[in-house]
Amino acid sequence: MEYTIFILALPVLSFLVLALAGMKMPHKVAGAIGTLSLAAVTVLSYITAIGYFSAPRTAEGLLPVSTPWNFQWLPFTESLHIDMGIMLDPISVMMLVVISTVSLMVHIYSFGYMKGERGFQRYYAFLSLFTFSMLGLVVATNIFQMYVFWELVGVSSYLLIGFYYTKPEAIAASKKAFIVTRFADLGFLIGILIYGYYMQTFTFSPSEEQLMKAGMVLPWALGLMFVGGAGKSAMFPLHIWLPDAMEGPTPVSALIHAATMVVAGVYLVARMFPLFIGFAPQTLHWVAYIGMFTAFYAATVACVQSDIKRVLAFSTISQIGFMMVALGVSTSLDPHEGGLGYMASMFHLFTHAMFKALLFLGAGCVIHAVHSNEMSFMGGLRKYMPVTHITFLIACLAIAGIPPFSGFFSKDEILAACFRFSPVAGWIMTIIAGMTAFYMFRLYYCIFWGKTNDNYAHHTPHESPVVMTLPLVILAAITVVAGWAMPFGHFVSSNGHVYDIHLDTTVATTSIIVAVLAIIIATWMYAGKTQPVADMLQKKFSRLHHAAYRRFFMDEIWMFVTKKIIFRCISTPLAWFDRHVIDQFMNFMAWATNAAGETAQPVQSGKIQTYTMWFLGGIIILTAALILL
Amino acid sequence: MEIEVHVLHYLVISTVMMFCGIYGFFTRKNLLALLISAELMLNATNINFAVFNRYLFPEQLEGHFFSLFGIAIAAAETAVAIAIIINVYRNINKILTDDISEMKG
Repeated sequence: MEYTIFILALPVLSFLVLALAGMKMPHKVAGAIGTLSLAAVTVLSYITAIGYFSAPRTAEGLLPVSTPWNFQWLPFTESLHIDMGIMLDPISVMMLVVISTVSLMVHIYSFGYMKGERGFQRYYAFLSLFTFSMLGLVVATNIFQMYVFWELVGVSSYLLIGFYYTKPEAIAASKKAFIVTRFADLGFLIGILIYGYYMQTFTFSPSEEQLMKAGMVLPWALGLMFVGGAGKSAMFPLHIWLPDAMEGPTPVSALIHAATMVVAGVYLVARMFPLFIGFAPQTLHWVAYIGMFTAFYAATVACVQSDIKRVLAFSTISQIGFMMVALGVSTSLDPHEGGLGYMASMFHLFTHAMFKALLFLGAGCVIHAVHSNEMSFMGGLRKYMPVTHITFLIACLAIAGIPPFSGFFSKDEILAACFRFSPVAGWIMTIIAGMTAFYMFRLYYCIFWGKTNDNYAHHTPHESPVVMTLPLVILAAITVVAGWAMPFGHFVSSNGHVYDIHLDTTVATTSIIVAVLAIIIATWMYAGKTQPVADMLQKKFSRLHHAAYRRFFMDEIWMFVTKKIIFRCISTPLAWFDRHVIDQFMNFMAWATNAAGETAQPVQSGKIQTYTMWFLGGIIILTAALILL
Repeated sequence: MEIEVHVLHYLVISTVMMFCGIYGFFTRKNLLALLISAELMLNATNINFAVFNRYLFPEQLEGHFFSLFGIAIAAAETAVAIAIIINVYRNINKILTDDISEMKG
């Protein structure tokens, strides 16, 4: 499988070509270079996936982990060295498929969405850079390579959020995203260093004796790594950057802030899953609690947002919460015992990437048609945009958990895993799933139903060009079939053995009933020409509505924490110390040198006789010294 | 009366020349006088080289060669120094050291 190197090499090449020579190219050529190289990557990923999953299993019934490329980069000690390479195992191959598929769809879609945009070539260059980084992250052979690429995706996310660099909101959002995730990555780095110190290796499978020796340290290392994952995956309270990141171009939101980069945290926890299960089960449960709270919080906020991309952003946060919960409620490596969550989480990651990318790209079509993100500029669009409407509906049904769409199957596995952990967790997650169905259909009705907006008089919305609707159709097709046409448990499971997904009838029935009820409520509230119930509720609970609309003031709380506490209590004294102690010391050194120079300066009189006198004096002293000593 | 010329006689002369040179170098203000004083000092050393060679190591020639080198170097040095002095004079029309202090710190 040596050809897998091209999966990484092609995007980085196209990035270099586009970044260095892109500005001299016409838009079409630049776009074609990016898209074609990505298409080649996609084909290679599929070949890899087919080859990998159809390969014969080992005697224990596992899919072999192969490392076609690995070279030592920075050696520290005999066993501790940073490597760069490609590792293929079930989840990394699965991620290759997800990333290349969504990225290719976004590349094609952007042809239409970004048409005529200034910096079109730059946009494609950044997309290539992002794809390279993300692919490098998932195939990492060790935790440090993962960290390197982890930061690279952070940078490309920063660059793409700030793509419209003349817009102050976009600049602020890109900085916020970078700083918040970087702040969280500090935890990740410390976690890696602790791990490297105690395990004497950066690989994912340390030796038994080192594990035994580490004892209580490992849960801390894994917990700190999870902090980094929580930052990237927008877990409460580090989620604040993701809604703002929607300032970037919509296809970017689809690729980075819905399908791929934000699930890197989930992927990280899944990567370390055997260690979590074996040595830090309590930490893993904390992951579940944080994920659960995040899922609930984001779902409540999503119910009242008026910007369609914000709704989708909070829905993404909520769904990532689901994946984290699924990992967190796992109690063993056996999928039949307590390890179902691992498979469920990865399954949901896969299906969510597809339908959430579809939702974002659909939202992009809508924004393209009405030139606004606000729901108040929309309504009744189903007549104008049939393809977008149908594909969006499919994605909504999938995320709401209606069979036979893919989201139903993966969410059902998550709920089953939660019920196995504790009925309370199961019920909470079922309710959140119902909320998901509610707010998604609120969004759907507000965009496509209701009364036709007055603004359409000046500017009739129209269906997007084929280059934009084609990716929608492809993703919708995947969303329809991915749940039942593919034996996901055969590919990915917590212990690597074949696991047959079977629906838990009780769980499935409850979740369908809840979802259908939520959709009915949403229909009753939002499908009509006017929305009396919603308006009445908004008036009645105006304070709650306001709080939820302002995301429960999390941004304000963070501003308070940073400005009033961190800046005032830590940064200001440090700045004082810097200015008055360190700077003053340096100033003193400069002053002393200067004063010494001033004192010695008259010696240089310019009179030759004076110099010769000094010279003679020196000679006499030296001679005297030589004679006397 | 035949006076035997002893090494000490030469050394007395060269020492007198040396200190004349040093004295001149410190007291005179004229650049040309300084140059002459420097030449005096150089020649004093040349005499020393020749004398020590002649009386202490008569079978060797290093001292003589050193004094030859010294004369050649003194000639070159004089040429350069005269050139500098002429240029200084052309530029500022002065030749006394007290007036030439442009290069001071």
